[in-house]
Amino acid sequence: MSRAAELTVLDPTTSPAFPVAAKTMLRDAQLRKNVRHATEVIQNKRARVVGEMPDWQQLREAGRQIRTHTMANLDFYLEEFERNCTKAGGVVHWARDSAEAKQIVTALVKASGSGGEGATEVIKIKSMTTEEIHLNQALEAAGIHAYETDLAELIIQLGHDQPSHIVVPALHKNRQQIREIFQREMNLPELGEKPEDLADAARRFLREKFLRVKTAVSGANFLIAETGGVCIVESEGNGRMCLTLPETLITVAGIDKVLPRFQDLEVVLQLLPRSATGERMNPYNSIWTGVHEGDGPRSFHVVLMDNARTEVLADEEGRQTLNCIRCGACQNACPVYRQTGGHAYGSVYAGPIGAILTPQLQKMHYAQSLPYASSLCGACYEVCPVKINIPEVLIHLRNKVVEQKSSLDPEALAMKTMALIFRSEKRFRAAQRLGRIAEAPLVRRDGQDGGWIGWLPGILGGWTQVRDLQEMPKETFRDWWEKRGSRGN
Amino acid sequence: MRVALFITCYNDTLFPETGKAVVRVLERLGHTVEFPAGQTCCGQMHWNTGYQTEALPLVGRFVAQFKGAEAVVVPSSSCVAMIRDHYPKMAAEIGDAKLIQAVEELLPRVFEFSEFLTKRLGLEDVGAYYPHRVTYHASCHGLRNLGLGDGPQRLLRAVRGIDLVEIEGLEQCCGFGGTFAVKNADVSSAMLAEKTTAVLNTGAEACTACDNSCLMHIQGALHRQRTGVRTVHLAEILASEEAVPR
Ligand code: SF4
Repeated sequence: MSRAAELTVLDPTTSPAFPVAAKTMLRDAQLRKNVRHATEVIQNKRARVVGEMPDWQQLREAGRQIRTHTMANLDFYLEEFERNCTKAGGVVHWARDSAEAKQIVTALVKASGSGGEGATEVIKIKSMTTEEIHLNQALEAAGIHAYETDLAELIIQLGHDQPSHIVVPALHKNRQQIREIFQREMNLPELGEKPEDLADAARRFLREKFLRVKTAVSGANFLIAETGGVCIVESEGNGRMCLTLPETLITVAGIDKVLPRFQDLEVVLQLLPRSATGERMNPYNSIWTGVHEGDGPRSFHVVLMDNARTEVLADEEGRQTLNCIRCGACQNACPVYRQTGGHAYGSVYAGPIGAILTPQLQKMHYAQSLPYASSLCGACYEVCPVKINIPEVLIHLRNKVVEQKSSLDPEALAMKTMALIFRSEKRFRAAQRLGRIAEAPLVRRDGQDGGWIGWLPGILGGWTQVRDLQEMPKETFRDWWEKRGSRGN
Repeated sequence: MRVALFITCYNDTLFPETGKAVVRVLERLGHTVEFPAGQTCCGQMHWNTGYQTEALPLVGRFVAQFKGAEAVVVPSSSCVAMIRDHYPKMAAEIGDAKLIQAVEELLPRVFEFSEFLTKRLGLEDVGAYYPHRVTYHASCHGLRNLGLGDGPQRLLRAVRGIDLVEIEGLEQCCGFGGTFAVKNADVSSAMLAEKTTAVLNTGAEACTACDNSCLMHIQGALHRQRTGVRTVHLAEILASEEAVPR
């Protein structure tokens, strides 16, 4: 059984710390191979189509400005969205947190059943937000079964797995593994190996659901305040089936998904597909507004969910996290994510965006190891289509973690001591001398190239797992400089 | 020009040869090097690990040491990135108007070593001789925060006798990341393994960079694996001459 399959749900409040979970993932050679291959393919495609755009940097800047402006006036645009969505025949619900959102959706699904006894099945499309709140489990507990219809989500669901990427949730699986899941779960012993065979099996499996199930739950890529419309982009058309066939459509969206004007789509619909999958445009771009006689669902609901987003908004430095348009480019670019895949992040939001979003959505009570799950290499910031300065937010969140530490914490004590040392030249020089004395018993003298340290105690032992350390030189630079005299020798 | 050297705490303690090399190159080019003795650390380790309060006083210290300098040269791209990207914000947080202004005035005169040579002095050939096969590692801060571009490679290409070979995955992080290397030792090691494989694949005798922190990390693994491949700071290559080859 693969490591991933051992997971139940990705819940930051119960997941192990990142270094612990990462260690497990690093042992899964197949997973690492799949993740590396998939991220490389997407990254190359992305680089190619981004390279075609001479105004990419201006587009990024426009994206940043639109999102920053929206967040600065979020209450205004949300109310505008509610007004316009209601005018078009939609019903807007507000959910303060995950519990409220689940309650609202469950009640709406139950009420949606034709024939009076309430629906027991829903089809679902495109929703990391419902993954965030574990909606499927809540529905199941209420006797409602949810069928994922996005191909990757379907693979995850049938494989009793968890998403490991926000755009390509099954990126940690290869085709062979997917075929095994389909064979087993769809009972297709003769299933072929070709992508067409797999697509065909999925199509047959899903078509029956599309035609039977009368209620759909969707996510949203964007909410448009000006029109009250909702937008989803996707690659397979399954989303469109969910949006048009059922009688009831329930959209669950984080309050951060709003865009002021219809015209803003011009910018984000160029940034998103290129960054996400390296496509110039998504094959399916759907925008739906309210209900229409004889066309599409007869009842339409939008659940606007806060779930700690207003706390993020209130933090001036963390706020830019909400600008995210969930393209996943930062994940593909991140060398840490590329080694571990998504499950190590203990949340549906993995990679750099997860490292900054998850702890904030947990109000910094959980997932405190995530802001440290980065070497601060900046690759994420470089690709982010709305220019979120992820390294800056990581550092900001690290500060919040440190502020919650007890002053007796060994790391905090060491850091405070070091800081005192750096505040005085005399103390600094004394520490340099002391360092040489302290390391002496650890130094090995076995070669021609000076002494080396192969083992360090405590937390520093992480260094010597795979690395040696050269002994400190006998003379510091400043000692040499003083001996030499500033005019040279 | 009178050039003030900010050696960094790390180089001062662990890599004095790099500092000596910087001095040699600058003096050979006819500049006067000064070394303000009160300097210690830029605060990067504290700042990046989340100890903001502890890092703040180091801004004032840095400014006091280098205020009057014509140019400040630093042989570490990550320390320059720290100063450039964070000092203005830190000064604003301290809220001292004089300090804010002093930082603003000082920043345009702070350079990473290779950047000083290529961008401030407009040089590529600094008269070095280094008859070895070398590969260059682009450290993340140099690459992304400072935008060094191919400046370091241009300096290297002008070195006589050098055989410069390009590494695969030039823009990939080596996995050091300061305290990341110990806090996430396993992931850091996995990233490092990719980097050392890439270094070894070049067949180079030495791997160079503008940052001794990445190099110490890479060197640690190269030594552990008994590869015989060395790491050497860019300044040491540029300091090497035909009369005194290294
Ligand atoms: S943070 Fe930026 S790069 Fe990452 S998913 Fe969000 S928009 Fe995309």
